Amino acid sequence: MLLVDNYIQQMKKNKNEQIIFYGNKGDILKKLPIYEGGVSAGFPSPADDYLDMDLNLHKYLVKNPVATFFIIAKGVSMEKAGINDKDLLVVDKSLNPKNNDIVVAIVNGEFTVKKYIIKDQRICLRAESKTENYPDINITDEMEFEIWGVVTHTIHSNR
Amino acid sequence: MIALADCNNFYASCERVFNPVLNNKPVIVLSNNDGCVIARSNEAKKLGIKMGVPVFKVRDIIIKNNVYVYSTNFALYGDMSSRVMSLLSKMSPEIEIYSIDEAFMNFTGIKNPTALALDMKSTVKKWTGIPISIGIGPTKTLAKVANYIAKRKTNSGIFGLFNYNDTIHSLKNLPISEIWGVGSRYSKMLYSNGIKTAYDFICLDKNWVLNNMTIVGLKTQEELKGHKKISLEIYKNRKKNICTSRSFGKKIKDFKLIKESIVAHATRCAEKLRRQSSCARYISVSIQTNRFDNPKSYYHGYQSKIIDLPTNNTIYLVNIAVKILESIYIKDLEYKKSGVIVGDIVPANQIQLNIFNNHQITEKQRVLYDAVDSINDAMGRDKIRLLGHGINRKWSLKKENLSPRYTTDWSDLLKIKV
Repeated sequence: MLLVDNYIQQMKKNKNEQIIFYGNKGDILKKLPIYEGGVSAGFPSPADDYLDMDLNLHKYLVKNPVATFFIIAKGVSMEKAGINDKDLLVVDKSLNPKNNDIVVAIVNGEFTVKKYIIKDQRICLRAESKTENYPDINITDEMEFEIWGVVTHTIHSNR
Repeated sequence: MIALADCNNFYASCERVFNPVLNNKPVIVLSNNDGCVIARSNEAKKLGIKMGVPVFKVRDIIIKNNVYVYSTNFALYGDMSSRVMSLLSKMSPEIEIYSIDEAFMNFTGIKNPTALALDMKSTVKKWTGIPISIGIGPTKTLAKVANYIAKRKTNSGIFGLFNYNDTIHSLKNLPISEIWGVGSRYSKMLYSNGIKTAYDFICLDKNWVLNNMTIVGLKTQEELKGHKKISLEIYKNRKKNICTSRSFGKKIKDFKLIKESIVAHATRCAEKLRRQSSCARYISVSIQTNRFDNPKSYYHGYQSKIIDLPTNNTIYLVNIAVKILESIYIKDLEYKKSGVIVGDIVPANQIQLNIFNNHQITEKQRVLYDAVDSINDAMGRDKIRLLGHGINRKWSLKKENLSPRYTTDWSDLLKIKV
């Protein structure tokens, strides 16, 4: 309901029939185009019921904004998992990793991005390189190890 | 019951989320202009680095112990704070965000407050990476006491003052200077009167407290006895005033440079007003010299002006700010800091136009600033700005060890070797 209240409060149409949409903190989130049937006499446009809005990609990618961070991948050791050099990773810290998830982990004080695999009830981190065979990192009790977050999406630019 | 959640060594913890090398290492964060230590990790505290100490005084300790030193990264700390606070608000509907790293929460009617606090602590840690401590007590002041104990005496980081014996025991062990609301002046006064602990303080006669420490002191005493005198401020609406001020990177005499800083501050205030769809009815400008350099010649110029018609128009606010500056600026002084405050803020749609004001002009301005703001949002701050803003920002802050703005700038995102 808060969103709707904001919407009504902040609704200010300009000539291009756009609404400036503010978030709770007053940040401009997005300019949404709206259809308008006009206020002249006669029947309202039946399309008015389907107030059409842009799809919000951020909402699609970021399910839990409080816990979501963006990170840039450097290097090619995860290409088989669809992560290329300079790709943008959407990382959700709130999730618990499942077998075969891609995770951001801290191993002995260093960040790494690897496939999370449970092997013989032990955790192991696996590279997914197209060219080289990196050995698995088997996590032992002596290691300083922490799952920082789970990579939920990889954004790759084609240009 | 009231709970106080407090982020542990917040600024240092923010740096650690994005840089695991810092775990278990001494970390300090410096104030604007890299002058004084304003945040310390536990490891840095153990090295004897005191809060607020000028950094040159601890240079030897820093070098000898490989202390990691950071400039304040408010973009990062602000974003991490809003993540922590919005998560806490989800878990506890009645919350007062007290500072960038502290929040009071209403725990009334909660059957197992300790369990809820533990859940909050582990969720905040997992979701944001920030460690917090939670103190629980019958009043805000006692929640603060409980938090003090939670931080220092427990492994769990959670402590509750739920019964008489625990409370008395805790107050007997709490130095007078650590009581929330008792400043350093009063604690010195109390100490010289033989009142050393919080328990000594609650044993004092009410009238003595009232006479020597005003009603504020009496409220604190009542709160420590478990009587609620300070309520939770849950409903914080629009900001009552907006302040933008900065210390200069170096001392400045030149009027032109000071003017540039004032133009930049006023511009920022106007932007903030527009972002919350509001207008301000007054503006004030202040400039000051360094009070520590030479206390005798310390100068703090300050003046406010009421604005006829509440506004969020950059050009208009800048013009008034510069006029005020001209009247408070004294030649040949070395200025250290400047600031602009706008206040008496009202929602933009509730402004009554006066007869001298042309509605069409207002509308044109609105369209103009919509365009300016969206260009600056898309292309970067101050891409479109007034010329008076200056080009080099020679007055701006010294920040030598600034960490990247990991969460608020595309070009500063954390990069991980995969």
